[in-house]
Amino acid sequence: MQKILVGLKRVVDYNVRVRVKSDGSGVETDGVKMSINPFDEIALEEALRIKERGEAEEVIVVSVGASEAQQQLRTGLAMGADRAILVDSQESLTPLDVARIFKAIVDRESAELVILGKQAIDGDNSQLGQMLAAIWGRPQATFASKVELAGNKASVTREVDAGLETIEIDLPGVISVDLRLNEPRYVKLPDIMKAKKKPLDQLSIEELGVEVAAGIKEVTYEPPSERERGVMVDDVAGLVAALKDKGLV
Amino acid sequence: MSKILVIAEHDGSSLNPSTAKTVACAASIEAAEIHVVVLAAAAAAVAGEAAQLDSVAKVLTVEGPENEHALAAVLAPQIVALSAGYSHVFGPSTTFGKDLMPRVAALLGVNQISDIMLVLTSHSFKRPVYAGNAILTVEAPADKVVVATVRIASYAAVADGNNAAIESATVDAELPDHTRFVGVQSGATDRPDLQTAAKVVSGGRALGSAESFDIIYALADKLGAGVGASRAAVDAGYVPNEMQVGQTGKIIAPDLYLAIGISGAIQHLTGIKDAGTIVAINKDEEAPIFEVADIGLVADLFKAIPELTEALD
Repeated sequence: MQKILVGLKRVVDYNVRVRVKSDGSGVETDGVKMSINPFDEIALEEALRIKERGEAEEVIVVSVGASEAQQQLRTGLAMGADRAILVDSQESLTPLDVARIFKAIVDRESAELVILGKQAIDGDNSQLGQMLAAIWGRPQATFASKVELAGNKASVTREVDAGLETIEIDLPGVISVDLRLNEPRYVKLPDIMKAKKKPLDQLSIEELGVEVAAGIKEVTYEPPSERERGVMVDDVAGLVAALKDKGLV
Repeated sequence: MSKILVIAEHDGSSLNPSTAKTVACAASIEAAEIHVVVLAAAAAAVAGEAAQLDSVAKVLTVEGPENEHALAAVLAPQIVALSAGYSHVFGPSTTFGKDLMPRVAALLGVNQISDIMLVLTSHSFKRPVYAGNAILTVEAPADKVVVATVRIASYAAVADGNNAAIESATVDAELPDHTRFVGVQSGATDRPDLQTAAKVVSGGRALGSAESFDIIYALADKLGAGVGASRAAVDAGYVPNEMQVGQTGKIIAPDLYLAIGISGAIQHLTGIKDAGTIVAINKDEEAPIFEVADIGLVADLFKAIPELTEALD
Protein backbone atom coordinates (compact mmCIF):
# COMPACT_ATOMS: atom_id res chain seq x y z
CA MET A 1 0.00 0.00 0.00
CA GLN A 2 1.03 3.59 -0.45
CA LYS A 3 0.18 5.51 2.64
CA ILE A 4 -0.59 4.91 6.30
CA LEU A 5 -1.98 7.75 8.42
CA VAL A 6 -1.28 7.75 12.14
CA GLY A 7 -2.97 10.08 14.61
CA LEU A 8 -0.83 11.66 17.35
CA LYS A 9 -2.60 13.50 20.14
CA ARG A 10 -0.80 15.85 22.51
CA VAL A 11 -1.93 14.96 26.04
CA VAL A 12 -0.90 15.50 29.64
CA ASP A 13 1.91 13.01 30.27
CA TYR A 14 1.00 9.59 31.61
CA ASN A 15 2.97 10.14 34.84
CA VAL A 16 1.50 13.51 35.77
CA ARG A 17 -0.96 13.56 38.63
CA VAL A 18 -3.82 15.48 37.07
CA ARG A 19 -5.51 18.26 39.07
CA VAL A 20 -8.82 19.93 38.38
CA LYS A 21 -8.70 23.75 38.09
CA SER A 22 -10.40 25.50 40.98
CA ASP A 23 -12.92 27.19 38.66
CA GLY A 24 -13.99 23.82 37.22
CA SER A 25 -13.17 24.82 33.65
CA GLY A 26 -10.76 21.96 33.04
CA VAL A 27 -7.56 20.48 34.44
CA GLU A 28 -4.29 22.26 35.17
CA THR A 29 -2.00 22.24 32.13
CA ASP A 30 0.27 25.23 32.96
CA GLY A 31 3.82 23.99 33.36
CA VAL A 32 2.63 20.40 33.05
CA LYS A 33 4.62 17.93 30.95
CA MET A 34 2.86 17.10 27.69
CA SER A 35 3.55 14.02 25.57
CA ILE A 36 2.25 11.91 22.73
CA ASN A 37 -0.74 9.88 23.90
CA PRO A 38 0.92 6.51 24.76
CA PHE A 39 -1.48 4.49 22.60
CA ASP A 40 -0.64 6.72 19.62
CA GLU A 41 3.06 5.93 20.01
CA ILE A 42 2.16 2.26 19.71
CA ALA A 43 0.10 3.07 16.60
CA LEU A 44 3.06 4.85 15.04
CA GLU A 45 5.44 2.03 15.93
CA GLU A 46 3.13 -0.45 14.18
CA ALA A 47 2.94 1.74 11.06
CA LEU A 48 6.73 2.05 10.97
CA ARG A 49 7.15 -1.73 11.27
CA ILE A 50 4.70 -2.25 8.39
CA LYS A 51 6.70 0.20 6.29
CA GLU A 52 10.01 -1.45 7.28
CA ARG A 53 8.64 -4.81 6.16
CA GLY A 54 8.08 -3.24 2.75
CA GLU A 55 4.30 -3.34 3.05
CA ALA A 56 3.79 0.44 2.88
CA GLU A 57 5.55 3.33 1.19
CA GLU A 58 4.90 6.25 3.47
CA VAL A 59 3.87 6.96 7.06
CA ILE A 60 2.19 10.31 7.72
CA VAL A 61 1.56 11.52 11.27
CA VAL A 62 -1.43 13.77 11.84
CA SER A 63 -2.39 15.89 14.82
CA VAL A 64 -5.44 18.05 15.31
CA GLY A 65 -5.18 20.81 17.88
CA ALA A 66 -3.09 23.70 19.11
CA SER A 67 0.15 24.60 17.34
CA GLU A 68 2.15 23.26 20.31
CA ALA A 69 1.30 19.79 18.97
CA GLN A 70 4.16 20.39 16.50
CA GLN A 71 6.44 19.11 19.28
CA GLN A 72 4.68 15.76 19.30
CA LEU A 73 4.66 15.61 15.51
CA ARG A 74 8.43 16.28 15.48
CA THR A 75 8.86 13.40 17.93
CA GLY A 76 6.83 11.25 15.54
CA LEU A 77 9.07 12.29 12.67
CA ALA A 78 12.12 11.46 14.77
CA MET A 79 10.68 8.00 15.42
CA GLY A 80 10.60 7.53 11.66
CA ALA A 81 7.44 9.00 10.13
CA ASP A 82 8.03 10.52 6.68
CA ARG A 83 6.01 13.68 7.08
CA ALA A 84 3.53 15.39 9.36
CA ILE A 85 0.29 17.30 9.08
CA LEU A 86 -0.98 19.63 11.79
CA VAL A 87 -4.58 20.70 11.58
CA ASP A 88 -4.51 23.88 13.55
CA SER A 89 -7.39 24.50 15.89
CA GLN A 90 -7.67 26.47 19.08
CA GLU A 91 -11.29 25.43 19.52
CA SER A 92 -12.25 22.42 21.56
CA LEU A 93 -13.35 19.81 19.07
CA THR A 94 -15.55 16.77 19.59
CA PRO A 95 -14.49 13.26 18.50
CA LEU A 96 -17.01 13.51 15.63
CA ASP A 97 -15.36 16.76 14.43
CA VAL A 98 -11.94 15.12 14.59
CA ALA A 99 -13.26 12.06 12.72
CA ARG A 100 -14.54 14.35 9.95
CA ILE A 101 -11.15 16.09 9.80
CA PHE A 102 -9.35 12.74 9.53
CA LYS A 103 -11.77 11.65 6.81
CA ALA A 104 -10.90 14.80 4.84
CA ILE A 105 -7.19 14.00 5.17
CA VAL A 106 -7.77 10.35 4.19
CA ASP A 107 -9.46 11.61 1.00
CA ARG A 108 -6.77 14.18 0.29
CA GLU A 109 -3.96 11.64 0.73
CA SER A 110 -5.82 8.58 -0.61
CA ALA A 111 -4.62 6.73 2.49
CA GLU A 112 -5.42 3.03 2.66
CA LEU A 113 -4.85 2.43 6.34
CA VAL A 114 -5.34 4.62 9.39
CA ILE A 115 -3.80 3.46 12.66
CA LEU A 116 -4.89 5.19 15.87
CA GLY A 117 -4.58 4.67 19.61
CA LYS A 118 -7.61 2.93 21.14
CA GLN A 119 -8.21 5.91 23.41
CA ALA A 120 -6.56 9.16 24.44
CA ILE A 121 -5.69 9.24 28.11
CA ASP A 122 -7.15 12.72 28.61
CA GLY A 123 -10.78 12.44 27.49
CA ASP A 124 -10.83 8.61 27.72
CA ASN A 125 -13.51 8.64 25.01
CA SER A 126 -12.31 5.76 22.82
CA GLN A 127 -14.37 6.92 19.84
CA LEU A 128 -12.24 8.35 17.03
CA GLY A 129 -11.35 5.17 15.13
CA GLN A 130 -14.89 3.84 15.20
CA MET A 131 -16.35 7.18 14.08
CA LEU A 132 -13.81 7.60 11.28
CA ALA A 133 -14.55 4.08 10.02
CA ALA A 134 -18.29 4.81 10.15
CA ILE A 135 -18.23 8.01 8.11
CA TRP A 136 -15.66 6.50 5.73
CA GLY A 137 -17.93 3.44 5.30
CA ARG A 138 -14.97 1.15 5.94
CA PRO A 139 -14.07 -1.59 8.45
CA GLN A 140 -12.78 -0.97 11.96
CA ALA A 141 -10.56 -3.27 13.98
CA THR A 142 -10.42 -1.81 17.48
CA PHE A 143 -8.21 -2.70 20.48
CA ALA A 144 -5.66 -4.52 18.29
CA SER A 145 -2.96 -6.64 19.91
CA LYS A 146 -1.72 -8.24 16.67
CA VAL A 147 -1.90 -7.04 13.06
CA GLU A 148 -1.03 -9.09 9.98
CA LEU A 149 -1.38 -7.72 6.47
CA ALA A 150 -1.83 -9.85 3.36
CA GLY A 151 -2.55 -7.98 0.16
CA ASN A 152 -5.62 -5.83 0.67
CA LYS A 153 -6.68 -7.68 3.80
CA ALA A 154 -5.69 -7.39 7.42
CA SER A 155 -6.05 -10.05 10.06
CA VAL A 156 -6.36 -8.35 13.43
CA THR A 157 -6.39 -9.89 16.89
CA ARG A 158 -8.43 -7.77 19.29
CA GLU A 159 -8.27 -7.59 23.09
CA VAL A 160 -11.90 -8.05 24.12
CA ASP A 161 -13.45 -8.78 27.51
CA ALA A 162 -13.81 -12.47 26.69
CA GLY A 163 -10.19 -12.90 25.57
CA LEU A 164 -8.62 -12.51 22.13
CA GLU A 165 -10.87 -12.17 19.10
CA THR A 166 -9.56 -12.35 15.55
CA ILE A 167 -11.30 -10.64 12.67
CA GLU A 168 -10.38 -10.15 9.03
CA ILE A 169 -11.01 -6.82 7.36
CA ASP A 170 -10.72 -5.59 3.79
CA LEU A 171 -8.60 -2.49 3.34
CA PRO A 172 -8.90 0.46 3.29
CA GLY A 173 -9.78 0.50 6.94
CA VAL A 174 -9.08 1.74 10.44
CA ILE A 175 -7.16 -0.07 13.17
CA SER A 176 -7.09 1.16 16.78
CA VAL A 177 -4.33 -0.28 18.92
CA ASP A 178 -4.09 -1.64 22.44
CA LEU A 179 -1.12 -1.67 24.80
CA ARG A 180 0.34 -5.05 24.02
CA LEU A 181 0.67 -4.65 20.25
CA ASN A 182 4.32 -3.61 20.38
CA GLU A 183 6.98 -1.75 22.33
CA PRO A 184 7.59 1.68 20.74
CA ARG A 185 11.21 2.47 19.85
CA TYR A 186 13.30 5.11 21.56
CA VAL A 187 14.21 8.21 19.61
CA LYS A 188 17.94 8.70 19.00
CA LEU A 189 19.63 12.07 18.84
CA PRO A 190 20.64 11.93 15.14
CA ASP A 191 17.01 11.13 14.32
CA ILE A 192 15.87 14.25 16.16
CA MET A 193 18.25 16.30 13.98
CA LYS A 194 17.00 14.58 10.81
CA ALA A 195 13.38 15.11 11.83
CA LYS A 196 13.87 18.89 11.75
CA LYS A 197 14.25 18.68 7.97
CA LYS A 198 11.19 16.54 7.36
CA PRO A 199 8.06 18.28 6.05
CA LEU A 200 5.42 19.45 8.54
CA ASP A 201 2.40 20.96 6.80
CA GLN A 202 -0.14 23.10 8.58
CA LEU A 203 -3.74 23.10 7.45
CA SER A 204 -6.82 24.82 8.74
CA ILE A 205 -10.16 23.12 9.26
CA GLU A 206 -11.63 25.49 6.65
CA GLU A 207 -9.04 24.44 4.06
CA LEU A 208 -10.13 20.87 4.55
CA GLY A 209 -13.73 21.88 3.96
CA VAL A 210 -14.89 20.44 7.27
CA GLU A 211 -17.73 22.05 9.18
CA VAL A 212 -17.37 21.87 12.92
CA ALA A 213 -20.69 21.30 14.67
CA ALA A 214 -21.72 22.15 18.19
CA GLY A 215 -21.82 18.88 20.06
CA ILE A 216 -21.86 17.75 23.61
CA LYS A 217 -21.23 20.61 26.01
CA GLU A 218 -18.63 20.32 28.75
CA VAL A 219 -20.33 21.94 31.73
CA THR A 220 -17.91 21.53 34.60
CA TYR A 221 -14.95 19.51 35.86
CA GLU A 222 -14.72 18.41 39.47
CA PRO A 223 -12.29 16.28 41.44
CA PRO A 224 -13.45 12.73 42.15
CA SER A 225 -14.59 11.78 45.63
CA GLU A 226 -11.57 10.33 47.38
CA ARG A 227 -11.50 7.06 49.23
CA GLU A 228 -10.22 7.43 52.72
CA ARG A 229 -7.33 5.57 54.20
CA GLY A 230 -8.63 2.70 56.32
CA VAL A 231 -7.13 0.65 59.10
CA MET A 232 -3.92 -1.36 59.20
CA VAL A 233 -3.95 -4.82 60.73
CA ASP A 234 -0.89 -6.51 62.21
CA ASP A 235 -1.26 -10.02 60.89
CA VAL A 236 -3.43 -12.48 58.99
CA ALA A 237 -5.52 -13.19 62.08
CA GLY A 238 -6.27 -9.47 62.35
CA LEU A 239 -7.24 -9.39 58.68
CA VAL A 240 -9.60 -12.34 59.02
CA ALA A 241 -11.20 -10.73 62.08
CA ALA A 242 -11.68 -7.43 60.23
CA LEU A 243 -13.24 -9.21 57.24
CA LYS A 244 -15.56 -11.19 59.51
CA ASP A 245 -16.49 -8.00 61.30
CA LYS A 246 -17.68 -6.54 57.98
CA GLY A 247 -19.50 -9.75 57.12
CA LEU A 248 -17.36 -10.29 54.03
CA VAL A 249 -16.17 -13.82 54.79
CA MET B 1 -40.72 11.46 28.21
CA SER B 2 -37.61 9.53 27.22
CA LYS B 3 -37.77 6.46 25.06
CA ILE B 4 -34.57 4.47 25.45
CA LEU B 5 -33.19 1.66 23.32
CA VAL B 6 -30.65 -0.55 25.13
CA ILE B 7 -28.42 -2.77 23.00
CA ALA B 8 -28.14 -6.20 24.63
CA GLU B 9 -24.71 -7.74 24.99
CA HIS B 10 -24.66 -11.53 24.79
CA ASP B 11 -22.65 -14.49 23.56
CA GLY B 12 -25.41 -16.04 21.47
CA SER B 13 -26.81 -18.14 24.30
CA SER B 14 -27.01 -15.94 27.38
CA LEU B 15 -27.32 -12.31 28.28
CA ASN B 16 -24.20 -10.58 29.58
CA PRO B 17 -24.78 -8.99 33.05
CA SER B 18 -23.63 -5.67 31.56
CA THR B 19 -27.09 -5.37 29.99
CA ALA B 20 -28.93 -5.37 33.34
CA LYS B 21 -26.58 -2.61 34.52
CA THR B 22 -27.12 -0.57 31.37
CA VAL B 23 -30.87 -0.92 31.94
CA ALA B 24 -30.36 0.32 35.51
CA CYS B 25 -28.73 3.48 34.19
CA ALA B 26 -31.54 3.98 31.66
CA ALA B 27 -34.11 3.46 34.43
CA SER B 28 -32.55 6.31 36.42
CA ILE B 29 -33.78 8.72 33.77
CA GLU B 30 -37.15 10.09 34.78
CA ALA B 31 -40.21 8.65 33.05
CA ALA B 32 -38.21 6.44 30.74
CA GLU B 33 -39.73 3.76 28.54
CA ILE B 34 -37.01 1.18 28.04
CA HIS B 35 -36.74 -1.29 25.19
CA VAL B 36 -33.94 -3.83 24.86
CA VAL B 37 -32.89 -5.06 21.44
CA VAL B 38 -31.23 -8.44 20.94
CA LEU B 39 -29.42 -8.84 17.64
CA ALA B 40 -28.45 -12.50 17.22
CA ALA B 41 -28.50 -15.49 14.90
CA ALA B 42 -31.16 -16.98 17.16
CA ALA B 43 -32.43 -14.60 19.82
CA ALA B 44 -35.02 -16.55 21.82
CA ALA B 45 -32.91 -17.57 24.83
CA VAL B 46 -31.24 -14.19 25.24
CA ALA B 47 -34.50 -12.30 24.68
CA GLY B 48 -36.15 -14.47 27.33
CA GLU B 49 -33.56 -13.37 29.87
CA ALA B 50 -33.86 -9.72 28.85
CA ALA B 51 -37.64 -9.85 29.24
CA GLN B 52 -37.20 -10.72 32.91
CA LEU B 53 -35.27 -7.54 33.69
CA ASP B 54 -37.18 -5.00 35.75
CA SER B 55 -37.94 -1.65 34.09
CA VAL B 56 -37.91 -3.16 30.60
CA ALA B 57 -41.15 -2.44 28.70
CA LYS B 58 -40.38 -4.45 25.59
CA VAL B 59 -37.72 -6.68 24.07
CA LEU B 60 -37.07 -6.53 20.33
CA THR B 61 -35.31 -9.29 18.47
CA VAL B 62 -33.48 -8.99 15.17
CA GLU B 63 -32.44 -12.41 13.93
CA GLY B 64 -30.21 -13.38 11.06
CA PRO B 65 -27.03 -15.33 10.34
CA GLU B 66 -25.13 -12.05 9.91
CA ASN B 67 -25.72 -11.37 13.61
CA GLU B 68 -24.06 -14.55 14.82
CA HIS B 69 -20.99 -12.60 15.94
CA ALA B 70 -21.00 -9.06 17.29
CA LEU B 71 -19.27 -7.14 14.51
CA ALA B 72 -19.71 -3.40 14.97
CA ALA B 73 -19.69 -2.71 11.23
CA VAL B 74 -22.59 -5.15 10.75
CA LEU B 75 -24.62 -4.28 13.87
CA ALA B 76 -24.33 -0.49 13.64
CA PRO B 77 -26.45 0.07 10.49
CA GLN B 78 -29.20 -2.14 11.96
CA ILE B 79 -29.21 -0.18 15.20
CA VAL B 80 -29.36 3.06 13.25
CA ALA B 81 -32.43 1.75 11.41
CA LEU B 82 -34.02 0.70 14.72
CA SER B 83 -33.24 3.96 16.50
CA ALA B 84 -35.96 6.00 14.80
CA GLY B 85 -38.37 7.25 17.44
CA TYR B 86 -35.99 6.77 20.36
CA SER B 87 -34.58 9.69 22.34
CA HIS B 88 -31.64 7.62 23.69
CA VAL B 89 -29.60 4.63 22.52
CA PHE B 90 -27.48 3.06 25.27
CA GLY B 91 -24.89 0.30 25.31
CA PRO B 92 -22.54 -0.97 28.02
CA SER B 93 -19.04 0.43 28.34
CA THR B 94 -17.50 -3.01 27.74
CA THR B 95 -15.31 -3.80 24.74
CA PHE B 96 -18.57 -4.76 22.95
CA GLY B 97 -20.21 -1.38 23.57
CA LYS B 98 -17.06 0.70 23.15
CA ASP B 99 -16.52 -0.84 19.74
CA LEU B 100 -20.12 -0.47 18.62
CA MET B 101 -21.66 2.71 20.02
CA PRO B 102 -19.31 5.33 18.48
CA ARG B 103 -19.97 3.74 15.10
CA VAL B 104 -23.73 4.04 15.71
CA ALA B 105 -23.37 7.65 16.82
CA ALA B 106 -21.27 8.68 13.82
CA LEU B 107 -23.73 7.05 11.41
CA LEU B 108 -26.48 9.07 13.13
CA GLY B 109 -24.34 12.21 12.82
CA VAL B 110 -24.15 12.80 16.57
CA ASN B 111 -21.47 12.66 19.21
CA GLN B 112 -21.38 9.90 21.77
CA ILE B 113 -21.11 10.13 25.53
CA SER B 114 -18.66 7.59 26.94
CA ASP B 115 -18.95 5.97 30.38
CA ILE B 116 -22.01 7.55 31.99
CA MET B 117 -21.51 7.18 35.75
CA LEU B 118 -24.45 9.31 36.89
CA VAL B 119 -27.61 10.64 35.29
CA LEU B 120 -28.46 14.23 36.26
CA THR B 121 -31.30 14.82 33.80
CA SER B 122 -32.36 13.15 30.57
CA HIS B 123 -29.64 15.09 28.74
CA SER B 124 -27.07 15.80 31.43
CA PHE B 125 -24.63 13.23 32.76
CA LYS B 126 -21.43 12.78 34.75
CA ARG B 127 -18.52 10.80 33.34
CA PRO B 128 -14.91 10.15 34.37
CA VAL B 129 -12.00 11.62 32.37
CA TYR B 130 -8.21 11.54 32.90
CA ALA B 131 -8.35 8.01 34.30
CA GLY B 132 -10.97 9.09 36.81
CA ASN B 133 -8.86 11.95 38.16
CA ALA B 134 -11.57 14.35 37.08
CA ILE B 135 -15.33 14.02 36.76
CA LEU B 136 -16.88 15.89 33.86
CA THR B 137 -20.50 16.98 33.65
CA VAL B 138 -21.68 16.97 30.05
CA GLU B 139 -24.85 18.17 28.42
CA ALA B 140 -26.16 16.62 25.21
CA PRO B 141 -28.18 18.70 22.73
CA ALA B 142 -31.90 18.42 23.49
CA ASP B 143 -32.94 18.14 19.85
CA LYS B 144 -30.83 15.10 18.97
CA VAL B 145 -30.74 11.44 19.92
CA VAL B 146 -28.40 10.73 22.85
CA VAL B 147 -26.01 7.86 22.08
CA ALA B 148 -23.99 6.71 25.08
CA THR B 149 -22.11 3.95 26.81
CA VAL B 150 -22.76 3.22 30.48
CA ARG B 151 -19.95 2.67 32.96
CA ILE B 152 -21.25 -0.61 34.31
CA ALA B 153 -19.18 -0.45 37.52
CA SER B 154 -21.33 2.54 38.53
CA TYR B 155 -24.61 0.62 38.45
CA ALA B 156 -26.11 -2.37 40.22
CA ALA B 157 -28.04 -4.69 37.92
CA VAL B 158 -31.82 -4.29 37.87
CA ALA B 159 -33.66 -7.20 39.48
CA ASP B 160 -35.27 -10.10 37.62
CA GLY B 161 -38.95 -10.89 37.85
CA ASN B 162 -40.40 -8.94 34.97
CA ASN B 163 -42.21 -10.45 32.03
CA ALA B 164 -41.86 -7.94 29.21
CA ALA B 165 -43.32 -8.56 25.77
CA ILE B 166 -40.93 -9.92 23.15
CA GLU B 167 -41.41 -8.75 19.57
CA SER B 168 -39.58 -9.68 16.43
CA ALA B 169 -38.38 -6.68 14.44
CA THR B 170 -37.21 -6.43 10.87
CA VAL B 171 -34.72 -3.82 9.81
CA ASP B 172 -34.06 -2.42 6.40
CA ALA B 173 -30.34 -1.76 6.33
CA GLU B 174 -27.56 -2.48 3.92
CA LEU B 175 -24.94 -4.59 5.68
CA PRO B 176 -21.27 -4.62 4.72
CA ASP B 177 -19.24 -7.77 4.07
CA HIS B 178 -15.84 -6.10 4.54
CA THR B 179 -15.49 -7.37 8.13
CA ARG B 180 -15.42 -11.07 8.97
CA PHE B 181 -15.24 -12.94 12.27
CA VAL B 182 -12.43 -15.49 12.37
CA GLY B 183 -12.36 -16.82 15.93
CA VAL B 184 -12.08 -16.10 19.60
CA GLN B 185 -9.59 -17.50 22.03
CA SER B 186 -10.93 -17.31 25.52
CA GLY B 187 -9.31 -18.07 28.80
CA ALA B 188 -12.74 -18.94 30.18
CA THR B 189 -12.64 -20.58 33.58
CA ASP B 190 -15.18 -21.82 36.08
CA ARG B 191 -14.40 -18.86 38.32
CA PRO B 192 -16.87 -15.97 38.59
CA ASP B 193 -16.67 -13.39 35.82
CA LEU B 194 -14.26 -10.63 36.81
CA GLN B 195 -16.58 -7.82 35.77
CA THR B 196 -19.58 -8.98 37.78
CA ALA B 197 -18.10 -11.02 40.63
CA ALA B 198 -19.02 -9.95 44.18
CA LYS B 199 -15.48 -10.73 45.31
CA VAL B 200 -12.25 -10.32 43.36
CA VAL B 201 -8.68 -11.25 44.24
CA SER B 202 -5.98 -9.57 42.13
CA GLY B 203 -2.27 -10.21 41.96
CA GLY B 204 0.54 -7.88 40.94
CA ARG B 205 4.12 -7.97 39.79
CA ALA B 206 5.31 -9.01 43.24
CA LEU B 207 4.02 -12.52 42.50
CA GLY B 208 7.09 -12.86 40.30
CA SER B 209 5.91 -15.66 38.01
CA ALA B 210 2.91 -17.34 36.41
CA GLU B 211 3.38 -20.32 38.75
CA SER B 212 3.17 -18.24 41.90
CA PHE B 213 -0.24 -16.99 40.77
CA ASP B 214 -1.45 -20.39 42.00
CA ILE B 215 -1.66 -18.99 45.54
CA ILE B 216 -3.96 -16.23 44.21
CA TYR B 217 -6.18 -18.80 42.49
CA ALA B 218 -6.29 -20.92 45.63
CA LEU B 219 -7.41 -17.95 47.74
CA ALA B 220 -9.94 -16.89 45.11
CA ASP B 221 -11.42 -20.38 44.97
CA LYS B 222 -11.75 -20.45 48.74
CA LEU B 223 -13.62 -17.12 48.64
CA GLY B 224 -15.63 -17.94 45.50
CA ALA B 225 -13.97 -14.90 43.94
CA GLY B 226 -13.02 -13.83 40.43
CA VAL B 227 -9.33 -13.29 39.68
CA GLY B 228 -7.77 -10.11 38.31
CA ALA B 229 -4.29 -8.67 37.88
CA SER B 230 -2.40 -5.43 37.59
CA ARG B 231 -1.08 -4.29 34.22
CA ALA B 232 2.45 -5.07 35.39
CA ALA B 233 1.52 -8.70 36.02
CA VAL B 234 -0.17 -8.96 32.63
CA ASP B 235 2.76 -7.33 30.83
CA ALA B 236 5.16 -9.68 32.60
CA GLY B 237 3.17 -12.57 31.13
CA TYR B 238 2.00 -14.06 34.43
CA VAL B 239 -1.67 -14.01 33.37
CA PRO B 240 -3.67 -13.33 30.17
CA ASN B 241 -4.68 -9.79 29.19
CA GLU B 242 -8.40 -10.21 29.89
CA MET B 243 -7.55 -10.30 33.60
CA GLN B 244 -6.18 -6.75 33.64
CA VAL B 245 -7.93 -4.37 36.04
CA GLY B 246 -7.47 -0.62 35.56
CA GLN B 247 -7.88 2.38 33.27
CA THR B 248 -7.08 0.41 30.14
CA GLY B 249 -8.35 -2.94 31.38
CA LYS B 250 -11.52 -3.70 33.28
CA ILE B 251 -13.26 -1.26 35.61
CA ILE B 252 -14.87 -3.26 38.38
CA ALA B 253 -16.91 -2.71 41.53
CA PRO B 254 -17.00 -5.88 43.63
CA ASP B 255 -18.14 -5.85 47.27
CA LEU B 256 -14.70 -7.11 48.29
CA TYR B 257 -11.44 -6.47 46.43
CA LEU B 258 -8.13 -7.97 47.56
CA ALA B 259 -5.05 -6.39 46.04
CA ILE B 260 -2.11 -8.74 46.57
CA GLY B 261 1.38 -7.49 45.80
CA ILE B 262 -0.03 -4.57 43.83
CA SER B 263 1.64 -1.21 44.46
CA GLY B 264 -1.42 0.77 43.36
CA ALA B 265 -0.54 2.87 40.32
CA ILE B 266 -3.19 5.51 39.64
CA GLN B 267 -4.24 3.61 36.49
CA HIS B 268 -4.97 0.53 38.61
CA LEU B 269 -6.84 2.50 41.28
CA THR B 270 -9.09 3.88 38.55
CA GLY B 271 -10.31 0.36 37.96
CA ILE B 272 -11.31 -0.33 41.58
CA LYS B 273 -12.41 2.94 43.15
CA ASP B 274 -16.05 1.83 43.33
CA ALA B 275 -15.25 -1.41 45.14
CA GLY B 276 -17.07 -1.87 48.47
CA THR B 277 -14.11 -2.88 50.64
CA ILE B 278 -10.52 -2.81 49.41
CA VAL B 279 -7.98 -5.00 51.18
CA ALA B 280 -4.30 -4.51 50.38
CA ILE B 281 -1.50 -6.91 51.21
CA ASN B 282 1.94 -5.64 50.32
CA LYS B 283 5.48 -5.93 51.63
CA ASP B 284 6.13 -2.22 51.05
CA GLU B 285 4.38 -0.13 53.67
CA GLU B 286 4.82 2.97 51.48
CA ALA B 287 2.86 1.43 48.59
CA PRO B 288 0.17 3.86 47.36
CA ILE B 289 -2.45 1.10 47.49
CA PHE B 290 -2.57 1.62 51.28
CA GLU B 291 -3.86 5.16 50.76
CA VAL B 292 -7.13 3.82 49.40
CA ALA B 293 -7.35 0.46 51.17
CA ASP B 294 -10.00 -0.02 53.84
CA ILE B 295 -7.90 -2.76 55.42
CA GLY B 296 -4.15 -2.95 54.96
CA LEU B 297 -1.62 -5.59 55.91
CA VAL B 298 2.12 -5.16 55.50
CA ALA B 299 3.39 -8.68 54.97
CA ASP B 300 5.26 -11.06 52.70
CA LEU B 301 2.52 -12.30 50.42
CA PHE B 302 4.11 -15.71 49.97
CA LYS B 303 3.56 -16.33 53.68
CA ALA B 304 0.42 -14.31 54.26
CA ILE B 305 -1.71 -15.61 51.36
CA PRO B 306 -1.41 -19.35 52.11
CA GLU B 307 -2.02 -18.52 55.77
CA LEU B 308 -5.12 -16.48 54.86
CA THR B 309 -6.41 -19.24 52.57
CA GLU B 310 -6.05 -21.72 55.38
CA ALA B 311 -7.62 -19.41 57.96
CA LEU B 312 -10.77 -19.13 55.83
CA ASP B 313 -11.60 -22.82 56.24
